[in-house]
Amino acid sequence: MRSLWRTLDRSLVRDVLAVAAAVAAVGMSFGAIAVSAGLPAWQPVLLSVLVFAGGSQFLAVGVIAAGGAPLAAVLGGLVLNARHLPFGLAIGGTIGRGRLLGSHLMTDESVAFALAQRDPARARTAYWTCGVALFTAWNLGTVAGVLVGSAIGDPAAFGLDAAFPAALLALVLPGLRDPATRRPALLGGAIALAASPFLPPGVPVLLALAGLVAVPRRRAVLA
Amino acid sequence: MNIVAVLVLAAGTYAFRVAGPLLRDRFEVPDRIRRLLSTAAVVLLFALIATAALMDGQRFAGFALPAGVLAGGVLAWRRAPFIVVVLVAAGVTAGLRLLGVP
Repeated sequence: MRSLWRTLDRSLVRDVLAVAAAVAAVGMSFGAIAVSAGLPAWQPVLLSVLVFAGGSQFLAVGVIAAGGAPLAAVLGGLVLNARHLPFGLAIGGTIGRGRLLGSHLMTDESVAFALAQRDPARARTAYWTCGVALFTAWNLGTVAGVLVGSAIGDPAAFGLDAAFPAALLALVLPGLRDPATRRPALLGGAIALAASPFLPPGVPVLLALAGLVAVPRRRAVLA
Repeated sequence: MNIVAVLVLAAGTYAFRVAGPLLRDRFEVPDRIRRLLSTAAVVLLFALIATAALMDGQRFAGFALPAGVLAGGVLAWRRAPFIVVVLVAAGVTAGLRLLGVP
């Protein structure tokens, strides 16, 4: 653990805290929306602790609020979360000791923070720092939202829905300077966008993996 | 939503999360595959960024959202500090919405 904190630097903490603040605000809106949709207070709190995946939680509550079946809410949420499987394959070696706990902290942001680091020790520190900070922020936010209820404004009014893709973009941009990563990413992004109007949320992002055909063969052989 | 639904969603999500790290433990992953898996993660993240910036479910999200993300992206490209990227993205989108841009 000591070596973990030695590699923790202030700029990483500052960047993680910026994302955590946005996560807390969205967690508040999740808690508020869930109770105003008629869910008992314990449900959004339990969802945030045990599921800890914002997109799927909003989706599940939305389906229930619209009068949908719990099965549809669960299936929709699971499709949305399936991307964690390839994420885990990519950064599984990064988590290090405590991976049963560490896996639960896997989010788009913790994966992006880990991938943005140059050496494995820093990647591990970034993953855990981001994971713990976001888990804390998301759950405190949810509890606050449940307590305060509908008094909270719409996070879209503050542009928070733009903050997350922009933060992820800032983290993956250095990787995209390499054409061997950029080409499959651009192709995958185009596939996901083209598929989005026709498929349920989550599926287009998984289809983006087809963009990997654009990984140059030559480089693969050289490696 | 009942307790069973919450638990099934939680268990399924955890299974997706823990499968990769556990599988990685069992096999020696060749360098080439490791690099391909990292690329796959970036491909997924980029697709997530693209769809989150442009789509609201199955519909176009409007102009304010992609404009904010684009502003943040340009700043990130010019190596602006991370916090500036995030604040400008949110600020541009919020400002445009305030002006009535969808």
